[in-house]
Amino acid sequence: MNAPLPGHTVSNPDAVLAPALLHVDNVSLQYRTAKTVVQATHQVSFQVDPADRFVLLGPSGCGKSTLLKAVGGFMKPTEGQIVLDGQRVEGPGPDRIVVFQEFDQLPPWKTVKQNVMFPLLASRTLKRDEAEARAMHYLEKVGLGKFADAYPHTLSGGMKARVAIARALAMQPKILLMDEPFAALDALTRRKMQEELLLLWEEVRFTLLFVTHSIEEALVVGNRILLLSPHPGRVRAEVHSHQYDLHSLGGDAFQATARRIHRLLFNEEQAAAPESIEHFADIRIAY
Amino acid sequence: MNHPLRQEYEVVLEPLSGVTLEREIGFGQRLWQQGWLRKGVILLLLAVAWEIAARLTDNDLLLPSFLQTARALVEGMLSGELPAKVGVSLVVLIKGYLVGIVLAFGLTTLAVSTQFGRDLLGTLTSMFNPLPAIALLPLALLWFGLGDNSLIFVLVHSVLWTMALNTYTGFLGVSDTLRMAGRNYGLKGVRFVALILIPAALPSILSGLKIGWAFAWRTLIAAELVFGATSGKGGLGWYIFQNRNELYTDKVFAGLAVVILIGLLVENLVFATLERVTVKRWGMQR
Repeated sequence: MNAPLPGHTVSNPDAVLAPALLHVDNVSLQYRTAKTVVQATHQVSFQVDPADRFVLLGPSGCGKSTLLKAVGGFMKPTEGQIVLDGQRVEGPGPDRIVVFQEFDQLPPWKTVKQNVMFPLLASRTLKRDEAEARAMHYLEKVGLGKFADAYPHTLSGGMKARVAIARALAMQPKILLMDEPFAALDALTRRKMQEELLLLWEEVRFTLLFVTHSIEEALVVGNRILLLSPHPGRVRAEVHSHQYDLHSLGGDAFQATARRIHRLLFNEEQAAAPESIEHFADIRIAY
Repeated sequence: MNHPLRQEYEVVLEPLSGVTLEREIGFGQRLWQQGWLRKGVILLLLAVAWEIAARLTDNDLLLPSFLQTARALVEGMLSGELPAKVGVSLVVLIKGYLVGIVLAFGLTTLAVSTQFGRDLLGTLTSMFNPLPAIALLPLALLWFGLGDNSLIFVLVHSVLWTMALNTYTGFLGVSDTLRMAGRNYGLKGVRFVALILIPAALPSILSGLKIGWAFAWRTLIAAELVFGATSGKGGLGWYIFQNRNELYTDKVFAGLAVVILIGLLVENLVFATLERVTVKRWGMQR
C-alpha cells in the first residue's frame, strides 16, 4: 500500500519526517440505521501535515463523510484513534471547524457578520469587539464586506458558502474540515469557489481536510489525495496533486492522473483503462 | 456530423432606452395590500350584518344591536368599570401565562437532553393535553382556596402542555447541520438550547405562545364565568356573568366584545410584531 510508485518521485522522503498534525490510525467507523449497523470504514490510516490540502476522495458509500465527522468529533471510532496536534479527538471542539455542504449551516437569525462572530463568541475565544474586527477582516477576504449586515436568506448559494468559509477561517482552527462544501453549487460558481479557496490558502496557509466525490475537484483543490474504496471505506492509494490547479484542467498530465485515479477507484485493469477513455468528461464520477 | 441548418450570429447590444424596467403599483392596489384595511372592512361588514339582524329581531333582551353594544362599551370604559375588570383579569392571566411558559421551557430542555425527560414529556402531554383546564378548577379551589392561586394553577395547566408540545416539536425540527455546527463551537447543555435550539425553533415556539395565549384567555374567562368572583375582586368573566343575571344584555355583549378586542390586539400587535422582527426578518417564515 505504501510502496513508492515509479515515476512519482515528487515526495521528498527526507522532508516527511516532521511530526504530522493529524494522525488517523487504523480507524474503523460504524453508524446505525433503524435496523442495521453499517460498517462505514475499515482500518483507515493517514497523516496530514501542517498546511496540507488533504482530500478524501471516493465514490458514495466509501465513508469519507463519516471519516470527516469522526475527525470533527461527532462520531467515535469503534477501532483505532484520531490524534490532532498530540491530543486525542474525543468530541467536537472549536479547534476543528467544519464547513458543511448544506446552506442551512448558517443560523438564519444572525446577520453575515454575527454568523462569522458566532463561533468566536460561543467558544469564548475572543471578546465582542475583537471578534467583530476579526469577522470583518475575514469577510473582506472572501469579498463579502459589503454584506456584513445582510441576513443569510438574502444571499446566493455561493455567498453562503463564502460566509461559511470566512466563519471557519476566523476561528483560526488547527485544521479546517470541509464536507463537499461546493457540491450544492452550480458548476460555474463551484469553479469560482475552488479558485477563491486556493487563493485564500496561498494567503493564510491553513491546514485543510476536504471531502469530495469529484476527481476533478480533488486534483484542483488538494495537494494530496487519499483514495477510498467503497463499502466499507479502505485506503486504496495516496496520490499527489500539488502540481495541478485550475489552469491544468484538461492538460495531459492532469488527465493522466485523473485516469489513474479512476482506475484505482474502480479497480479496472491497467491495460484496459487508458485507451477506453477519450474525453475528460467521461472520467468524472457524479460531478 | 449533424450540421445546423441556420447561420450563427452575434448581436451588439445597445443601451436600452424608452423601456421602463420598474413600474409603481397603483395607489388602490397598494392600499388593498394592507392587511389591517382588509380586516377592517371584514369587521365593518360583520357590524352592519349584526345591526340589521338586531333591528329585524327587535328584542333588546335577546340581541342588542351593534350601536347599543357600542354605547354600553363606551360607557363601561368611561366609567372605569370595564378597564378595572380587564386589569384584574389581565394581571392573573399574565402571571399564569408566564409561569406556564417557564415550566414549558424547563420540561422541554429536560426532554431534549435526556431520554427520561423525553418520556416524561411524552407521557405528561398525552395525559394532560386532552384534559380541559377548567375541569381542574374544583380541585384547584380545594387545594389553593378562593383566590388568584387557583386561577393561576388552571392557567398554567392550560398553557404548559400545548406550549411544551409545540416547543419540543420545533426542537425536533432543527436540522442536523445546525446542531453539528453548534456542537462544533463547543456549545453544550443550556447554552446549546439557548443559542441554537430556541432561535432555530422560534416559528414553532411562537405558534405555541399564540395557542397558549388563546387557551389561557379562554380558560380564565370560563373560570370567572362558572365560579364567579373566584379571585375576590372579579374580572371580565365575572362582569359578563353579573350583567347576564341582571339582564343587561348590552353589557354582556360589551364584555364579550372586550374579550374579542383584547384577543385581536394581542394577536395583531404583540404577536405580529414579534413575528415581524424575528422569524419574518430572518426569512424563516413568509
